Amino acid sequence: MDPNTTSRRTFLGLVGGGALAAGLAACGSSGPTSTPGSTTGAGGGGGAGSGTTYWFLTGQPQQGIREAQVKRFNDANPNTKIKTTEFQNDAFKAKIKTAIGAGQGPTLIWGWGGGGLKAYVEAGQVEDLTDWLNTQEASLKNSIFPSAFTAATVNGKIYAVPGETVTPIVLFYDKRAFEKIGAQPPQSWGDIMDLVPKFNEKGIAPFSLGGQSRWTNMMWLEFLFDRIGGSEVFQNIYEGKKDGWSDPSALKALDEMQKLIKANGFIKGFSSITADSNADQALLYTGKAAMMLHGAWTYGNMKASGGDFVTGGHLGYMNFPPVDGGKGDPSDTVGNPGQYMSISSKASAADKETAKKFIANNTLDDATVEAWVKSGNIPVVKSAKDKLSSITDPNDSKWLNFVYDTAANAKNFAQSWDQALSPTQAETLLDNIAKLFQLSISPQQFATNMNAVIGQ
Amino acid sequence: MTATAPPVAPPTGRTEASRAGSSGAGRSGAVAWMVLPALLLFVVFGVIPLVGVLVLSFTQWDGLGAIHAAGLTNWKSVLTDSQLPHSILVTFEIMILSWAVQTPMSLLLGTFLAGRQRYRAFLAVLYFIPLLLSSAAIAITYKALLDPNFGLGPGLKLGFLTQDWLGKNTLAIGVVIFIVSWQFIPFHSLIYQGGVRQIPTTMYEAASIDGAGRVRQFFSITVPQLKYTIITSSTLMVVGSLTFFDLIFVLTAGGPGDATRVLALDMYKRGFMSNQMGPASVIATLIVLLGLALALILRRLGGSTTASQQEGA
Repeated sequence: MDPNTTSRRTFLGLVGGGALAAGLAACGSSGPTSTPGSTTGAGGGGGAGSGTTYWFLTGQPQQGIREAQVKRFNDANPNTKIKTTEFQNDAFKAKIKTAIGAGQGPTLIWGWGGGGLKAYVEAGQVEDLTDWLNTQEASLKNSIFPSAFTAATVNGKIYAVPGETVTPIVLFYDKRAFEKIGAQPPQSWGDIMDLVPKFNEKGIAPFSLGGQSRWTNMMWLEFLFDRIGGSEVFQNIYEGKKDGWSDPSALKALDEMQKLIKANGFIKGFSSITADSNADQALLYTGKAAMMLHGAWTYGNMKASGGDFVTGGHLGYMNFPPVDGGKGDPSDTVGNPGQYMSISSKASAADKETAKKFIANNTLDDATVEAWVKSGNIPVVKSAKDKLSSITDPNDSKWLNFVYDTAANAKNFAQSWDQALSPTQAETLLDNIAKLFQLSISPQQFATNMNAVIGQ
Repeated sequence: MTATAPPVAPPTGRTEASRAGSSGAGRSGAVAWMVLPALLLFVVFGVIPLVGVLVLSFTQWDGLGAIHAAGLTNWKSVLTDSQLPHSILVTFEIMILSWAVQTPMSLLLGTFLAGRQRYRAFLAVLYFIPLLLSSAAIAITYKALLDPNFGLGPGLKLGFLTQDWLGKNTLAIGVVIFIVSWQFIPFHSLIYQGGVRQIPTTMYEAASIDGAGRVRQFFSITVPQLKYTIITSSTLMVVGSLTFFDLIFVLTAGGPGDATRVLALDMYKRGFMSNQMGPASVIATLIVLLGLALALILRRLGGSTTASQQEGA
């Protein structure tokens, strides 16, 4: 009880313990870690009335390209600077919705278009850009892939400008695995089903899949729906047509999906693998799995982390093959037709002007297009093709030409369902897809559950 | 022995308390003023949001646009939703099983750590580390360790560790219960350690004279004397388990399917992923009611009096 003898040790203990706790807590925090951007004064980022603001995502190479765009704009326009705030993906998704709902959103709203954008439009939170794009900025509009505008259009009006990159979903494969079993990459759904037992016999999983992330499973259904029933099956659902999910082609697609799962088409334990940790990509480049259906955005990471997988020319890729007897056009693709920038309707007139100027001059300018191509991505503009000849790495050049052709030649480029649908439908969809892949619900039950939320 | 020192302390504490109790009305007025800051914080951060959630549960709101009154539709839709019984079931499953794992473990560990030997202080610090880690960090670490392809099992070539831990319904629940226990046993051990140190050593001395062994002493003295500590620790476990969110969200996100979709996660998913603030508020209200009911039941189980058992000793 004598304070003089114990206080120092207690004090040191408390300080040490506290510091340890703080340090450990900081390690794991997945909370909203907003990094102030190059010109941001305070971290939080301003809402209405604090100048032109722009929130976007962290993560290279995208982050660096976005920062360079803002820097170029701010250097050219010292009187109307744009302030940026950067967020991690999941933190951004939660924060932007809450901020816009509270009237504290940024002037420039970065997003994925589709159902999320529709919710903003219905709440009167974003500007109608149709006239501006059709008159003042017609040349900008015409330079962008037309397919990218579908996800930016709500009730016939354009509320967002497509920007950044087009990333279709691609069937990746490991050429070494096919050599091991002496087979050719699949040319049809029937080929895929035939390959499954052959790979399993050799102890190689036919397909890698990060099933816990749920949207990874969704990519399979997107292609099967399209290849079996054609693009209008999903279009009907998107437009809210009653019982759209129980279309006979939809049920057949769901059934084929479960057949592949039952035949052990996916790596054992796929429903506990996440895509965020890139474990699904690692399964492909370490030779544990032969094929993987994934977004074009995975190329960069496989090249960086996969040793000589990409640089040694072992990575193969193709558009999803047709299903025998299916109605879909084999050139169709799904994925992200672009990323989108909207302007807050709550911003001041001056801020809106600044934002428009930024979109028009800096988001798809020559320097940006070149930067995207250099980073292994295809920007959403037709002029991207001209930049491809400057790529010297033969692997990158082949890959970029493939992505460009897939995107530019697609008869229909469907937006990923979880972004195309309203948040309510998307969440129900992801839940039910997880159960479908676990074989805990039948195709019929899946259709019934999904029909219940159509149009919501 | 040195162990005789603590029992001297309580009497002084008690006399101080009785002195405070016998003082006049002016003194208690001052005490009421001192409660004000805490009361204010409770109203601002506790009562007002609670009322807000109750109001929201009768409205339709997507988090973005205007709020519309919806009457009882949210309550009807949530209460008839087949997801709700499932979420409640999973919540109770995790609550009861993690209580059943944690209580005996922390009781034993707490009793062990209540000894006075020097190395036990060191061990206590070591055991305490899991509690200092954030749940998100724990979830990410365990997820990496349990990975069926790149985790601990395949890394060490241990077949039994190479399971689809988070991909099978029962295994996933088991993993959640294990990690929750791993994380919170240190905290409850600390409570029990404190409780055991309050038990007068004279009782143990008397028991040894009567020839009772360690096991007998544990069940006849330690456990009955810890009755109120057990109730306190159980209340914290049970009510706390209603709000398990971060760990499960990062670890399984409610999966596989909806096998680990507890009430708090159900609320979050409806509110912030499906944009349905109304139904989410209904679930939030249900969680509050359930927590209150459970706390009251546990209090009733422990008897309404909070008087120390040492009085009779």
